[in-house]
Amino acid sequence: MRIRNLTALAGALALSLVAGCASGGSAGSSANTVTYWLWDANQLPAYQACAKGFEKENPGLKVKITQLGWSDYWTKLTAGFIAGTQPDVFTDHIQYFGQFADLKVLEPLDDLGMKDSDYQPGLAANWIGQDGHRYGAPKDWDTVALFYNEKMAKDAGLTAEQLNNLAWNPEDGGTFEKAVARLTIDRNGRRGDEPGFDKDNVKVYGLATNGGGFGDGQTQWSNFAASAGWDYLDKPRWGKKYQYGSKTFQSVIKWYFGLAKKGYMPPLSDYNVQSNQANTQVAAGKAAAAFDGAWMISTYAGFKGMDMRTALTPVGPTGKRATMMNGLADSITKAAKNKEGARKWVAYLASDECQTVVGRYGVVFPATPAGTRAAIAAYDKKGLDVSAFTEPVADKKHFRTFSYPIANYSADMTALMTPAMEDIYGNGKPVSSLDETNDQINLILGQ
Amino acid sequence: MTIASSSPPSRLPLGSAQGAGTKSRTRRARSRESQGDGRLAAVFIAPALLGFLVFLLWPTLRGIYLSFTRFNLLTPAEWVGFDNYVRMVNDPIFWSSLTVTVEYVFINIGVQTVAALAIAVLLQRLTQSALLRGIVLTPYLMSNVVAGLVWLWILDTQLGIGNEIISAVGVDRIPFLADETWAIPTIALINVWRHVGYTALLLFAGLQAIPNDMYEAAKVDGASEWRMFWRITMPLLRPVLAVVLIMTVIGSFQVFDTVAVTTAGGPANATNVLQYYIYGSAFGRFQFGYASAMSVALLVVLSAITVLQYRLTRAGRTDLG
Repeated sequence: MRIRNLTALAGALALSLVAGCASGGSAGSSANTVTYWLWDANQLPAYQACAKGFEKENPGLKVKITQLGWSDYWTKLTAGFIAGTQPDVFTDHIQYFGQFADLKVLEPLDDLGMKDSDYQPGLAANWIGQDGHRYGAPKDWDTVALFYNEKMAKDAGLTAEQLNNLAWNPEDGGTFEKAVARLTIDRNGRRGDEPGFDKDNVKVYGLATNGGGFGDGQTQWSNFAASAGWDYLDKPRWGKKYQYGSKTFQSVIKWYFGLAKKGYMPPLSDYNVQSNQANTQVAAGKAAAAFDGAWMISTYAGFKGMDMRTALTPVGPTGKRATMMNGLADSITKAAKNKEGARKWVAYLASDECQTVVGRYGVVFPATPAGTRAAIAAYDKKGLDVSAFTEPVADKKHFRTFSYPIANYSADMTALMTPAMEDIYGNGKPVSSLDETNDQINLILGQ
Repeated sequence: MTIASSSPPSRLPLGSAQGAGTKSRTRRARSRESQGDGRLAAVFIAPALLGFLVFLLWPTLRGIYLSFTRFNLLTPAEWVGFDNYVRMVNDPIFWSSLTVTVEYVFINIGVQTVAALAIAVLLQRLTQSALLRGIVLTPYLMSNVVAGLVWLWILDTQLGIGNEIISAVGVDRIPFLADETWAIPTIALINVWRHVGYTALLLFAGLQAIPNDMYEAAKVDGASEWRMFWRITMPLLRPVLAVVLIMTVIGSFQVFDTVAVTTAGGPANATNVLQYYIYGSAFGRFQFGYASAMSVALLVVLSAITVLQYRLTRAGRTDLG
């Protein structure tokens, strides 16, 4: 009897363990709670404020916000989809959107009645899947500009006006390359454009590096490639062919990574995604300027003892300047435990009301024009000029904005392009090697 | 009738011979006892068996099954036969991952074993200090991820204190974790640093089993420390060394966390070890079928290496006594 009891106990224990695992995630979500995930810690207070407004408008409903670091975020979300512990609503990125829509883990949002015209141009349309349904409600946007150290620019004899009016081309790099060379200083104090410059012993690089740029080159080569007239895919959305095999693209890449060969940009071996990104190089005084995104404005502004300014991306061979304009959205999970509450919360997140509140925190540009205006005013109050980020969105005549590549198999594209770009940047492989990589990616995309 | 009174009366049929009765009673009692032991043993084994079935056997079988499917975790697995294995054989990244992993294992195990053996012998022959033994073990107390991050910061090309010192001495900075040729040896040595103390302690325990009078006898015969090491220590330590080698080689093949935090497989796949490639294929690209096939390949490679090592080092037998 005793043995049978013990066996029963062990069995019950095992069962309860399994059951415990299965139900662990549902803790905290109930009929009147909406669970919400985001990754940017800077934005947490803004969305907490927004949640407060939502709870006031919807008595009885509560929003539970969880913030996770970028790299854990997607792993945990994936695990959540499998285990049934996913949040009701989460911040979504274009890079993952195609895959999630394909795996059918997102809830269509068509009945929320979002209009393209309610948001900055292009943002809303990016979240329509291949099946014609909407899966994301636009929440914010970002662009890329040139951050530079004001003192270093002054020492180099470069004015803000000059830096805002640079032009480049893939042949000789134009005035942009001249400025970057001018900002570069070697061990002996010689500048990059002076005779006797020692490119192997550089003290301050003109342009910081953010690595090979994966397949998107958002803060690396994308603004150059786009201002040369190149597109990632054969179609703006859900294209079937990537164009890394294009001669235009390859000439841009050859010139861009060539900056490192000339000693104006650090070699790939100086870069590390964990310990030494572009902003770290600038903060450490190892680089004078860096292309970076709007989400980094407060980071650069916070460098102690450094007066950081921003400049527009340079004019390219097409006569236009270019920058990626990437936007995030809020998505509802198909298996959301509180779908009704989730719908209300997403509708609120996408409203002027919430986005103006978020804008006032001056940490991100919300997707609605009113939210954007609130953010500009908030940055202004902090003494930060953000026109280098907002002008490209407002002035379509002189600027070209483009989105992150929207296609299926984004993860496979990134997995193949990352080593391919590093091979060119770090190991001096010819740019024509991208032909083969491009074929491999398109083969996957065509299946 | 003392015997009868101590036993249940029903077990002593009247009229039976006393001797025969005692014998049959003992046999019965023994078999009942052993039956009781068996049940008790089953109870004690049950948790471990349950763990083995749930956490080892079932996942292994399911992993082997999944290697014959196309599976993205969220939709049902689709049987594709040997497709994943054909793809694996034709996948240059798989082969480069395997090569990189083998390179890592060679450097890691080679340096670690020699260093650990040296430390263990020094600990045994020179000092009895428990404090020293504790100090040797300290890197092992750190998590792999923390160790990886700390070394990443020390060795950073531009900003690391290690490279600051190197450049202050007048030598060119070394891109330890950012260069094709340096990255794998660097990661291998970071893990040597972390594991060498633990390995040394295992070997040290093995050394303790060697009778001291052997060394005393050798000393009387005038043998040097060097000679004693090769003639006494090494032959008698062989079984322990063999088991330690098997364990560390298996562990070494599974290198993942240090790579994940220091290089993320880069630059240009130079440190894309097999486990990292498997992880990326599964959790990054949702190709669980292909990742399972590569895991099965790793299982086969590791099993073969273990059997080979076991045979070559005669790990099951000792030369003592």
